[in-house]
Amino acid sequence: MTLKVEDLSVSFPTGPVLAGISLALERGEIVGLTGTSGAGKSLVAEALAGALPGDATRTGRITVDGALAPPHMVALAPQRLDALDPLAPVGRQIDRFARLAGRSADVPGALASVGLPATTARLYPHELSGGMARRVLLATALATGADWIVADEPTVGLDEAAAGRILSLLADLAASGRGVIVISHDLIGLARIASRVVILRQGRHVETAPAHAFDGLGSCLREDFSRALWQAQLAPDAPC
Amino acid sequence: MSAWLPALLAGRMIRLGWLLPLAAAGLFALISLAPIDPVQAYVGGRTSQIGPEQRDAIAAAWGLDRPAAERFASWLGQLARGDLGQSITFNAPVMQVIAARLPASMALVGLAFALSFVLGTLLGLAAGATRGRWPDRVIRTIAVVLAASPGFWVAILLVAVFAVGLGWLPACCATPPGQLASEVTPADSLRHMVLPVATLSVVGIAPLVLHTRQSLIAFLDSPAARHLSAHGASPLRLAFGPGLRHAAGVALTLHLASAGELFGGSVLAETVFAWPGLGQATVRAATGADAPLLMGIGLATLLFVFAGNLLADIAARLADPRLRRVA
Amino acid sequence: MSGAVDPTLPLPARRRNPRRRATRHGVVALALLGAVLLAAPLLPEGALSIDRAARALPPDPAHPIGTDMLGRDIAARTLAALAKSVQVGLLAAGASTLVAVVLGLAATFGRAADHVVGVLTELALGLPHFVLLIMIAFAMGGGTTGVVVAVALTHWPRLSRIMRHEAQGIATSDYVAISRALGRSRLWVARHHLAPHLVPQIIAGFIVIFPHAILHEAGLSFIGLGIEPHLPSIGVMMSESLREIMAGHWWVAAAPGLGLMLIALAFERFGEALRQLSGPPGATT
Repeated sequence: MTLKVEDLSVSFPTGPVLAGISLALERGEIVGLTGTSGAGKSLVAEALAGALPGDATRTGRITVDGALAPPHMVALAPQRLDALDPLAPVGRQIDRFARLAGRSADVPGALASVGLPATTARLYPHELSGGMARRVLLATALATGADWIVADEPTVGLDEAAAGRILSLLADLAASGRGVIVISHDLIGLARIASRVVILRQGRHVETAPAHAFDGLGSCLREDFSRALWQAQLAPDAPC
Repeated sequence: MSAWLPALLAGRMIRLGWLLPLAAAGLFALISLAPIDPVQAYVGGRTSQIGPEQRDAIAAAWGLDRPAAERFASWLGQLARGDLGQSITFNAPVMQVIAARLPASMALVGLAFALSFVLGTLLGLAAGATRGRWPDRVIRTIAVVLAASPGFWVAILLVAVFAVGLGWLPACCATPPGQLASEVTPADSLRHMVLPVATLSVVGIAPLVLHTRQSLIAFLDSPAARHLSAHGASPLRLAFGPGLRHAAGVALTLHLASAGELFGGSVLAETVFAWPGLGQATVRAATGADAPLLMGIGLATLLFVFAGNLLADIAARLADPRLRRVA
Repeated sequence: MSGAVDPTLPLPARRRNPRRRATRHGVVALALLGAVLLAAPLLPEGALSIDRAARALPPDPAHPIGTDMLGRDIAARTLAALAKSVQVGLLAAGASTLVAVVLGLAATFGRAADHVVGVLTELALGLPHFVLLIMIAFAMGGGTTGVVVAVALTHWPRLSRIMRHEAQGIATSDYVAISRALGRSRLWVARHHLAPHLVPQIIAGFIVIFPHAILHEAGLSFIGLGIEPHLPSIGVMMSESLREIMAGHWWVAAAPGLGLMLIALAFERFGEALRQLSGPPGATT
């Protein structure tokens, strides 16, 4: 199965913010999406999941094997940790998402698939570490049973080791037959797990580069902007 | 897990430990200020029959001839033994008057508490879930109008419509006139409670409705609610599902913390409906210069407000686990 | 029901302009207040007097809201009573505002003062509002003075908390430190930095207290601890109407309560609009 996004654009009453985003994704595959801060990365995630603010208008097509995708086809694991309800234990929250999708929840199963013990179900969000909360957010998206997941900045705020574990978890999720879109500013991490990476600049699609293009100084990248973005990651603390 | 409860209780007991004596001293000072002569109030219209010697005797019997500090000390001493003194208007020990009249008031206040909580929370949830649309506007208008309505006026209008106009419900008292409490059927008691409880329930409902609405809207705007609606949850489903705990927790906390105001409202409601409770006794004590009874009622309502606040603190922690961490 | 409307739609425009909203509510409230205060002295001679020939009349052209059992015109009496209630309410709310400002500012004079004000607040909130009002009115021997003192001593905690918070925020701010370093006196700082911030809060606080003041004044008068019974006041009228209502004279009770409610409502909304203008969003009650 192939998820296809064609010419996705989003505009607010104040003007357009995203234009001409296109990508294609197979089940079992990871596609990365990156760009500078404010490039509209999170907005892409919300547009794919159908979670845009009320005053936004979306144009473009999202199809699965040529058929128009129904709403909530793509499950979102949002960037903000406070997307977890502070007043409900983890288990009940996972259950809510399953029921929204009309399924009965397998809470221990959902927790196990993100590498958390079943006892996590009893904990409240404020009792979770950053890495655990990221995993729970992924579990809420998985609980809907969706074949397509978009994870918005799943490694932000985590130390290197924890971020690495989340990336391998995402790779495992893809390996189990889901199509995963990972949004991240961490191009090195994306290049490691994704097959292709979409690069955004100020709401516009710059290019879609194969993962192997992120190598050396990025000489295989087509656009200067992409190359600059990649080189900035290689030497983040270079003097200016 | 519930290590927070003993810590909370201990803290509140310490507060009660200094609040109660201070309030007692304050009440005593306040009531000693009153320019009304309790002997004159007691004697009332019988001035011609009671001479100055008898007045002095009454004053001496009540200890009015001694200095204020001494009277306060002896009142405190009595208080420590659980003796609140003698009520002048009811000619009975204050403790006995309060004990006899508290149940009638508690029945009103308790029923009104439950009813207004259910009503206020539901209306607040409905308003929050339909924010900006007509149900929201209607509910908010009702709440604001009720907040600006004098409680006793609402009571009188209810009497005018349902007791006098339609003749459906009794206009006064807790029992039909001329019947002993033992002869009254439960159905009769209930009929007598309808109008007073209705008055008390609607008069103080506005803050509950508006706060419930506000906390539900805060939840609906939160990332958590947006995450749920990204997966198909409608505002109504959010309001009466996950939002319930956000809004109702705040509502219950607020409602318990303002339970004392319900008692304040019942002073006026009991006056309108001639309800034989503590509120009516408060008015009679104040107009009859019954200082011991007033002080007794003051202390009793202080404990009532304190208990309400304590339960509110507990409710807040039950609703929100983040508050349970021992500070 | 407009079920198709998106719930995340922006709020109606009238709610997005708090300044204009406050102005509109303010004009309504002050116009109502002015109308009552100006019209009451214009009542013709004898409008409040007893007329045995016109006892307990239902509304008719000569007496638009009817008369009571003593033949007094309810419309005229309601107007006079509203004027009295409003005057007492203004006085009481003003006194309470003063108490709030004094205590709120006093709390910023060191930790001990802060503690004392904290304890006073705790005590004032320790009894049900109306019970404390009764106690104080009783201590003052009832009457108009009693009402004013009782309201003044019970409605200050909220405003005093705001005053304390604002004054502390300004006193510890950088520009006050700079002013002091430049050699400005305490008084100069208070006049030029404190007052401009506090005055709007004080006015808003007064407007918020006022409807509560008139409602509580009416409550005290209703139970006989407030305005003297020979003066026309809403509470006294309502208390008298208690006897008439049983005879079906609903108009005796309806008008005075409605008048009081409309004034309280106008100021309640004005105060709410002012609070939204000055306070942080969502900070209700």
